[in-house]
Amino acid sequence: MNGYNFAYLDEQTKRMIRRALLKAVAIPGHQIPFGSREMPLPYGWGTGGIQVTAAVLGPQDVLKVIDQGADDTTNAVSIRRFFARTAGIATTTHTSDATIIQTRHRIPEQGLREGQILVYQVPMPEPLAKLEPSRAETTRMHGLAEYGLMHVKLYEDITRYGHVSISYDYPVMVAERYLMSPSPIPAYDNPKLHRNPALQLFGAGREKRLYAIPPYTAVRSLDFDDHPFRTTRAPQHCDLCGDDASYLDEVVTDNQGGRMFVCSDTDHCESRRAKQEQPA
Amino acid sequence: MTDDRMLSASGLNLRFGTVPALVDVAAELWPGEVLAIVGESGSGKTTLLNVLSGHMAPQSGQVLYRAPDGTETDVHAMSAPMLRALHRSDWGFVHQNPRDALRMGVSAGGNVGERLMAQGSRHYGDIREAAIAWLAEVEIDADRVDDLPRTFSGGMLQRLQIARTLVTHPRLVFMDEPTGGLDVSVQARLLDLIRGLVARLGIAVVLVTHDLAVARLLAHRVMVMQRGEVVETGLTDQVLDDPQHPYTQLLVASVLAA
Repeated sequence: MNGYNFAYLDEQTKRMIRRALLKAVAIPGHQIPFGSREMPLPYGWGTGGIQVTAAVLGPQDVLKVIDQGADDTTNAVSIRRFFARTAGIATTTHTSDATIIQTRHRIPEQGLREGQILVYQVPMPEPLAKLEPSRAETTRMHGLAEYGLMHVKLYEDITRYGHVSISYDYPVMVAERYLMSPSPIPAYDNPKLHRNPALQLFGAGREKRLYAIPPYTAVRSLDFDDHPFRTTRAPQHCDLCGDDASYLDEVVTDNQGGRMFVCSDTDHCESRRAKQEQPA
Repeated sequence: MTDDRMLSASGLNLRFGTVPALVDVAAELWPGEVLAIVGESGSGKTTLLNVLSGHMAPQSGQVLYRAPDGTETDVHAMSAPMLRALHRSDWGFVHQNPRDALRMGVSAGGNVGERLMAQGSRHYGDIREAAIAWLAEVEIDADRVDDLPRTFSGGMLQRLQIARTLVTHPRLVFMDEPTGGLDVSVQARLLDLIRGLVARLGIAVVLVTHDLAVARLLAHRVMVMQRGEVVETGLTDQVLDDPQHPYTQLLVASVLAA
């Protein structure tokens, strides 16, 4: 596209982000400050993710963008088209074809492989923010690895509800050192963070922080010995492809209370349906 | 005798602008001993407590702490992680206002369990059991364990703070006016409780108070401070019954007889 640098951001900015990303990969789970730029979309729509994607994108890359698991929602469509226009790269909706996947709220159902990069859009990078309002104090707590406070939150949940009530953005320990917010992915996806062959990068545009989980890094969801971490999903199966193990969205279909459950990962659902139709 | 001192401070000086807060102060504390620092408002009591506990650095002088294994370290030369670890494990701090120390949005059980979790306890059942046991220890009903501190009375809050501090069995507890702001009957009950716990658990205490009655009830030894200087120090009964320094005499004489 004329008048714009490859992938929108200028080369100096991309270098700055890459330097921060290298540091983030070197210290898994540690939040690295970076000079977040104004992007042509509002804060909260993925300004962090889009900057990370722009910084790691090359002309040969194939990009997939998902929002809540779906390839066809407004945000996913516009970010995908943004890079198709500003970088002229190929895009896809197939998880296995993509080299870079920018995501909001989900990790694809299909397992990732070495060489793929998963870029998360992060609204609130600081896992302790809701418990300790002072940024200086949370930085100190990270520095000294004092994470008892997070367990106080889990203790309170078990006391009040009988179980940990965090259903998304479930805090994790990365490489047994840094407490990290996995961005608002469902707790259902947390096990996929653990020893994932793909490189996982996290970008928070408004908060101006980057962090990363290098491939095959140990990621442990916080829990108590007698209340181990458990994932939850709707007990239904997908009304389109019939999957009874994938993460489901509940969709209201009419004003009479009609509703259906469908896979939140549209690519996963579509490829299952394509397979089912083939033999016929 | 001098070799098993738990805390020894010498030559402490600290000025706030032109106001001397500590003037060449020395203090010593042995394991299991209760030391009261008394004096009027502005005499440097709380400053001394903050300096002894490492919260505030003196302009000169040093505070040495002897760990159970006999190694002696300078509190103010310690790294921040070491000092924080010490405050979480071997030491405790009881604030005058329990609202400063407690998490008001977290249940009583969570408040008591926080230090355990900070030390690495990861078993919900054990933490809860310890919390309930400590609530009983400070005479709070076990069925209040899930209530928020904001539903507690002032005296209960202070007892909750004591439970929260003692749950990790510290060797040394700093107390800043623990009975301040409580009415007399509640004070008496709290003092009784502290005295019982301290004696039974063998905890050393540095206690700051302006109330000579509190010092008489709890303390083995008393230090009297005036304008940042220690004017008199000795056994509690000795100092309070036979005060030598004119200022101490004034303090003792100004106690209202009921």
